[in-house]
Amino acid sequence: MKSVTAENLVKTYKKGEIKALDGLNLDVEEGTILGVLGPNGAGKTTTVRILATLLNPDSGHATVNGIDVSKHPSEVRKIIGLSGQYAAVDETLTGWDNLVMFGRLYHLRPTDAKRRAEELLEQFSLSDSARRPIRTFSGGMRRRLDLAASLIVRPKVLFLDEPTTGLDPRGRQEMWGVIEELVKDGVTLLLTTQYLEEADHLADEIAVIDHGKVIARGTSDELKRQVGGERLEIVVDAQNLQKADEIVARISGNPTTVDQGLRQISAAVSTGSRALIEAARELDDAGIHPLDIGLKRPSLDDVFLSLTGHVAETDKNGGATS
Amino acid sequence: MNATADALVIMKRQLLQLVRVPEVLIFSTIQPVMFVLLFRYVFGGSISTGQPGGYIQLLMPGIFVQTVAFTLAGTAVGLAEDMQKGLIDRFRSLPISRAAVVFGRALGDAALNVVVLTVMGLAGFAVGWRPTSGFLKILIGFLFLLLFGFAMSWIGVLIGLSVREARVAQNVVFIAVFPLTFLSNAFAPTTGMPHVLQYFAEWNPVSTMVAGSRQLFGLTNHFGVTAGSFPSTHPLAMSVVYMILIMAVFMPLSVRKYIRAANK
Repeated sequence: MKSVTAENLVKTYKKGEIKALDGLNLDVEEGTILGVLGPNGAGKTTTVRILATLLNPDSGHATVNGIDVSKHPSEVRKIIGLSGQYAAVDETLTGWDNLVMFGRLYHLRPTDAKRRAEELLEQFSLSDSARRPIRTFSGGMRRRLDLAASLIVRPKVLFLDEPTTGLDPRGRQEMWGVIEELVKDGVTLLLTTQYLEEADHLADEIAVIDHGKVIARGTSDELKRQVGGERLEIVVDAQNLQKADEIVARISGNPTTVDQGLRQISAAVSTGSRALIEAARELDDAGIHPLDIGLKRPSLDDVFLSLTGHVAETDKNGGATS
Repeated sequence: MNATADALVIMKRQLLQLVRVPEVLIFSTIQPVMFVLLFRYVFGGSISTGQPGGYIQLLMPGIFVQTVAFTLAGTAVGLAEDMQKGLIDRFRSLPISRAAVVFGRALGDAALNVVVLTVMGLAGFAVGWRPTSGFLKILIGFLFLLLFGFAMSWIGVLIGLSVREARVAQNVVFIAVFPLTFLSNAFAPTTGMPHVLQYFAEWNPVSTMVAGSRQLFGLTNHFGVTAGSFPSTHPLAMSVVYMILIMAVFMPLSVRKYIRAANK
């Protein structure tokens, strides 16, 4: 069953001058993670805001758990959780205050709201800091609290808009750990990111978006395959370059690329690790000791580049709006 | 009623902020107390009022009204910050009444005014303010002031949800409210103003509020060229009309703005 669907979403700003979404289609299978990957301004946040009932599309149609988001927004709000790019919690209050407040706003009884706050603080390793104002929290702690606030009523569908943008590597790792735990509980997750490795690491399926449209989708492996298969790469001493090139050409059966400066030979291979082993053996028989030898699979960066024609833009300010 | 309960949770959040960051409360009371002392001792000597008990009797209602009129600054800045930080987005993604957040905010600011007015009243008493109308009328006087603050909050809600940045909200409010509080009878009798300004000052809601409060605290109002006009003879009724008008216009506008509020 599809937990989330979006059909032909169109959203323009400033009287049509800026087209944020241009016929976007996507869906998320129940209990899976869809990573929505795209550069700044691709339409990621707009998509999330429409699905989370914060924004109405100009045209198109979206459902969450089969409920139309434009027609029955209050029904949708009961079953979703949203955690945005900016930690949307009250910074003057403590973590505990925030979670109890949001619990009350989800209409839990006071005792239940407190119990749930306690559980979530424990689950997100925030119990020790629960009585401190949020403004004393690190970026990673804030994000975790923000995420906790979106999980108060155990949503069926969770939207995370760039959950790690602006976090340091450690904060990012911690956040990934937390997100992986969540999915074990069976929540359906739509996650936007501009980090290729994040989509690669977390998502079951990836939708690449650019200029308000999905331009490719599939598993990380499928997307990589779309760009081309694996390549055999060998680095040798300069005097062996020509001989090694002949060997690589014979094994791969494909044209080779030789980089004289790096003394690197590479060629597409279709037989994967067998080609690697064969190459190693033949080089050894020929008395050539490669300085480096390996199979290189295309990264999502390569995927992005080949799909969009431009490199994924990383955000220098730590914040992005799109 | 869920909507009321939701609004109370939002209001409680604001009161909790005061507990967590007491500096906010301290500074929001220091400023009006400072005004009381400055006006009392700087202008008090040079404004001859003919009022038994001296200038402070006229001053206190004026300063009360000015303070509650500026409630909308707190409302506007608070909501603008919530917008900027994405908190409004989170509230909007929750299954709560569409009016709860803005109502809660206005109620919270009214609750803050209870504290501020109490502290100011005590400070005024310490420097000679003696309302003479009896307990009940004094109490009604304070309720009247609180209601005005609540009404003004709704203008603040609309401003707070409309500006991009909290700092802008602060400036907009200052530019709009500061002249209103001075082009009034709040600090000096209007009789010395040019005639045109006297008419403006007489119809100014701040003036009718001040005149109304003075009445409730047991003073007699004096007017210049505008004596006999409706607002000068019925300041309480006129003030109530203003408050109802403000709320009738700004409550629906504010709720609508909240529903549509979109962080661009």
